[in-house]
Amino acid sequence: MRLALAIASRFLLSSKSQSVLIALGIGVGIGVQVFIGSLITGLQVSLIDTTIGNSAHITITSRNADRTIDDWQELYARVSQNPKYAATSATLTRPGFTVTNNQFETILIRGFQLPQADGIYNLSQALIAGEFRSGEVVIGRELATELNIEPGDEITILTGAGQRSQAVVSGLIDLKVAAINRSWVLMDLSTAQELLKIENLVTAIEIQLPDVFTAREEAERLKTELDEYLRVENWKDQNEQLLTGLQGQSTSSLMIQIFVIIAISLGITSVLAITVMQKSRQIGILKAMGIKDRQASLIFLFQGLMLGILGGILGIAIGLGLAFSFTKFAVNPDGSPLVPLVIVPTFLIGSGLVAIAASILASLAPARRSQKLDPMEVIRNG
Amino acid sequence: MVNALELKHVDKVYDGPVPTQVLFDINLAFAENSFNAIIGSSGSGKSTLLNIMGTLDRATKGEVWVNSQSTAKLSRDGLAELRNQTIGFVFQFHFLLPEFTALENVLLPHRIGTSIISKEIVDRAHDIMELMGLSKVKNNPSARMSGGQQQRTAIARALINQPSIILADEPTGNLDSETTETTYELLRKIHQELNTTFIIITHDRRVAEKADRIVEIRDGKIALDMYR
Ligand SMILES: Nc1ncnc2c1ncn2[C@@H]1O[C@H](COP(=O)(O)OP(=O)(O)O)[C@@H](O)[C@H]1O
Ligand SMILES: [Mg+2]
Repeated sequence: MRLALAIASRFLLSSKSQSVLIALGIGVGIGVQVFIGSLITGLQVSLIDTTIGNSAHITITSRNADRTIDDWQELYARVSQNPKYAATSATLTRPGFTVTNNQFETILIRGFQLPQADGIYNLSQALIAGEFRSGEVVIGRELATELNIEPGDEITILTGAGQRSQAVVSGLIDLKVAAINRSWVLMDLSTAQELLKIENLVTAIEIQLPDVFTAREEAERLKTELDEYLRVENWKDQNEQLLTGLQGQSTSSLMIQIFVIIAISLGITSVLAITVMQKSRQIGILKAMGIKDRQASLIFLFQGLMLGILGGILGIAIGLGLAFSFTKFAVNPDGSPLVPLVIVPTFLIGSGLVAIAASILASLAPARRSQKLDPMEVIRNG
Repeated sequence: MVNALELKHVDKVYDGPVPTQVLFDINLAFAENSFNAIIGSSGSGKSTLLNIMGTLDRATKGEVWVNSQSTAKLSRDGLAELRNQTIGFVFQFHFLLPEFTALENVLLPHRIGTSIISKEIVDRAHDIMELMGLSKVKNNPSARMSGGQQQRTAIARALINQPSIILADEPTGNLDSETTETTYELLRKIHQELNTTFIIITHDRRVAEKADRIVEIRDGKIALDMYR
């Protein structure tokens, strides 16, 4: 074992530039794979974040005719006590219309518990002008443009039930989704209840989770706990298309990674095969002196192992370097990275292990040739 | 008298499009501690014979006995171990590993046998290399020595495990006549000091004449077997 290791490292050291080139080859391959993996993960994380980062992951609604939840305070108290939830908030939502400055628009009247709703929608950060004020409303950016409204102006709101009322716009908000910015009219819960003439009722309790991918399981669990008339929905069921898209991305990224690994393995195999040829004289004479076949084959496995370790380390460094510079060069106008850098340690370690495994796999054939080499071939031909 | 090495009815046929028989029913026994020369014209079968004696090659028929033990039933590993422990080879080419220094090359057969490198074995390597006049180039990369130094390093390597048999195939074939002379003097000296059986293939009449015994091979048969 030790002799094989010593010979292997000596062989590698004696042709340094060749060894470095092989390790670099493995490194570039693994680097590309680390880069692609991190990029796809970053893309997915940012995609999920923009899609559902600022929305409810689980929504409890009611099957009652008027869509309201009975005894919502009690339900809210129970749900909000769950330490597994990142944020919980009750909300009253009703469709309506606005007729302002001779424009007619469909709107969504949304009453939020403030500040609890901040934990889900990040409302205070999304405000681009003004503030939330009791008895007044905040409207989406696009809606304000359509209606030609500025903070301080009044709008006329028609509820689905036919009430008509005036409200002062105390602020504008940009929630990053055009459909929302064009339709939402936000206010605190009691203002909404008053506006809609719905006393002390809500239509939904919204929950945000620390890990978005547990939403479906958590929703299933909640369902068994809650009354029959309550409906529990989760973002996954409502975003099947997004999930399919992510799945497709993951699969194609996996495919790319597998092909990269195959390319690396083929490269190492052929290079190591050449080194066996280069070293066959040495192997032959070692066998004449009594080295056993297994030891002779171990020499090349160790070479593969060492090249794999070196290549893996180089690869992780190269991949991180690529990913890092990508976040520096591919940036939004405001300087923030186009795709955020997401480094998953287990993925890095996995990529390193892949480099080692691929190298060992690639050295199996050369090791076999070395094992089978007959010393007579060398002795006879000098 | 005990035999260090014995060939019993050895035939060798090389396969190929036209199978050629190069050794015909060879029977030879070499006594312990004897100094033997094998001579014969080129292509007569001397190297084939030596490689079969050294278990590097297999006889087509017949048996090879080393230290009164048949090698017929030994596995590849068993043969490797036998070669490592009891036979030292010197070839026409030095066959040193260019990745290692002279001293490391000399120690290789020991390291193949056991991974423990004791002070005794390093001392022995130094002694043998001193005897070979290699003290000054011990730590040279093996490629950076003269042809004579390389061949003497190869001889030192053959001696490191204190083998009972040394097989040498034209060990001075690539050396000039002066270096050849000193190399043979060294081999005789080692023979006297180390109680080792020497079997040497040589073209050199003068060398052969100093041997205890001369065996001449002609067309794969023993043509002459002469003791002094
Ligand atoms: N591997 C081989 N295949 C076929 N013929 C061989 C092989 N090795 C040697 N020979 C033939 O066997 C004969 C003896 O060769 P060898 O033992 O090398 O002779 P010597 O060492 O006496 O010059 C030669 O005719 C040579 O051509
Ligand atoms: Mg020959």
